[in-house]
Amino acid sequence: MGEKRKLGRGVCIVGAGMSRFDMYKDKDSKQLFAEAFKECIDSVDKGIDPKEIQAMWLGNFTNDFFIHQGHWGPIISDLLGLPPKPATRTEGACASSTLAVKDAAYAIASGMYDIVLAGGVEEMSKISTEAVSEGLALAGSPYEVYEGFTFPAVFGAIATAYFAKYGATWEDLNYVTVKSHENAKLNPKAQFNMTIKDIMNLRIEKYKKKGQPVPEWKDEYEALRDPRFNPVVAWPMRLFDCCPISDGAACVLLVAEEIAHMFTDHPIYIIGMGQGSGRALHDCPSLTSLEANKHAAKEAYEMAGLTPKDIQFAEVHDCFSIAELIHIEDLGFCKEGTAYRFVREGGTRLNGPMPINTSGGLKCKGHPVGATGAAQMVEVWHQLRGEAGPRQIPNGDLHIGASQNLGGTGGTCTFMIFSNEK
Amino acid sequence: MEERYFNDISYKQFLNEERLMGSRCKGCGTLCFPPRPICTNCYSTDMEWAELKGNGKLAGFSSIFVPPAFMAEEGFDRKHPYVVGVVELEEGVRAVGRIVGVDANRPETIKIGTPVKAEFIHFGEGDQMRTHLAFRPVEGGAS
Ligand SMILES: [Zn+2]
Repeated sequence: MGEKRKLGRGVCIVGAGMSRFDMYKDKDSKQLFAEAFKECIDSVDKGIDPKEIQAMWLGNFTNDFFIHQGHWGPIISDLLGLPPKPATRTEGACASSTLAVKDAAYAIASGMYDIVLAGGVEEMSKISTEAVSEGLALAGSPYEVYEGFTFPAVFGAIATAYFAKYGATWEDLNYVTVKSHENAKLNPKAQFNMTIKDIMNLRIEKYKKKGQPVPEWKDEYEALRDPRFNPVVAWPMRLFDCCPISDGAACVLLVAEEIAHMFTDHPIYIIGMGQGSGRALHDCPSLTSLEANKHAAKEAYEMAGLTPKDIQFAEVHDCFSIAELIHIEDLGFCKEGTAYRFVREGGTRLNGPMPINTSGGLKCKGHPVGATGAAQMVEVWHQLRGEAGPRQIPNGDLHIGASQNLGGTGGTCTFMIFSNEK
Repeated sequence: MEERYFNDISYKQFLNEERLMGSRCKGCGTLCFPPRPICTNCYSTDMEWAELKGNGKLAGFSSIFVPPAFMAEEGFDRKHPYVVGVVELEEGVRAVGRIVGVDANRPETIKIGTPVKAEFIHFGEGDQMRTHLAFRPVEGGAS
């Protein structure tokens, strides 16, 4: 690898929390962040007085559009009783809260602060689906959006290019979806904490009640092929290839490594951080890979002094099923053009050699866009501390996990590497 | 026409005039489509207009069954999907646009690599005119 980039001083996560992700009529951004924050401070093994927090970074993509309120840094700071301490909002579309964590880590590494809260929030479900789509499209490239592309359509176009290049098919993507639902069933914080079989049974009950013909699906793969169960959104992306609309919040408590022992004997060390920027779809060097991903990975691997083989599990940004394949190739977990086979063979399942999205991923856990990056880290925190309960990765020697977050259609990509050892 | 800035406003004006215009850097010859006000190869701002022929091949596409509001206003919905795509132009740059003359309800019949030619779809008139770029499969074009 290249030269090793180092932080001025080490940074650790000593607490982490998230709200349950869902579509809420009765919970707003402040309520959701309060829930995430409470879980975060309660997770600090040796406790923390929140008044010790010196600064806050908050990721939010566009509550401005979704609920017509901007300037979320001070609103959340006020909620938590933190004024007059500084509160900074970061925006990187769906990667907003990873940017918050990264900037908070830089602030600690610089020596300016010792104890910083970083997280994110988004409140998306109060408006119509069409309006949410319009809001999300603000993060798209002007050329694609102008010509009628939606987000699912951008990833649909990427999928058609991937299929043509490597001989994969849409059926291969269903292995991503089935796996995500299996993991989410084990995650009480997930918006869809049920398997596809569970959803099939609910649907069959509904058809029976209404006296409609009951489908004879022999397994979940057959149900996914049925357009009544899984209608097309933007070919080849069907409903089950797409993440839902969600409300939620997540946060982590970061401290300087030298004081981490005051808060816990089991901190999680940030050992690699990377970020990249990308171009509009038509200008990308390849339609089947994101250069921002590759740059983010390169930065993080160099800082950590690690290679893809050293990563034992990861949360990746599966806004659409095809994205999960693109990411695990870009991050080097699989060779380009092979991820679909690796997934098909069970390589990314909870008990596979490279568990991906043990939380259920964006597809099932939910995707309140500004909260997603921090929520990915909440999952890595639980896994690396052996606290993931029924979805704990069955590996007695688990030390290094990662999270990859994507904003827009690849305009912003981040990659973070964590360890439970120094 | 040389008086226009090399930006998205000019790009859209040219679409209204049914011309596909990119910028060519006078310093290093790099072609950019849509046009750019500064060359990202040599950082010259000395540009000239370059007209593209609009011939290319389909590189990726999607048939959209859940349209955004402005496309729904055109009458598209779950029963009436439309196709968008990425096209590799023969000049070596890509473009995005609507793909017309294909069966959006049977997207499995649309093939990557299909030769296509640019068209222009106009809405409104005068100052209110906006034009969308579209591509149509070339009759008898071998893929
Ligand atoms: Zn130049």
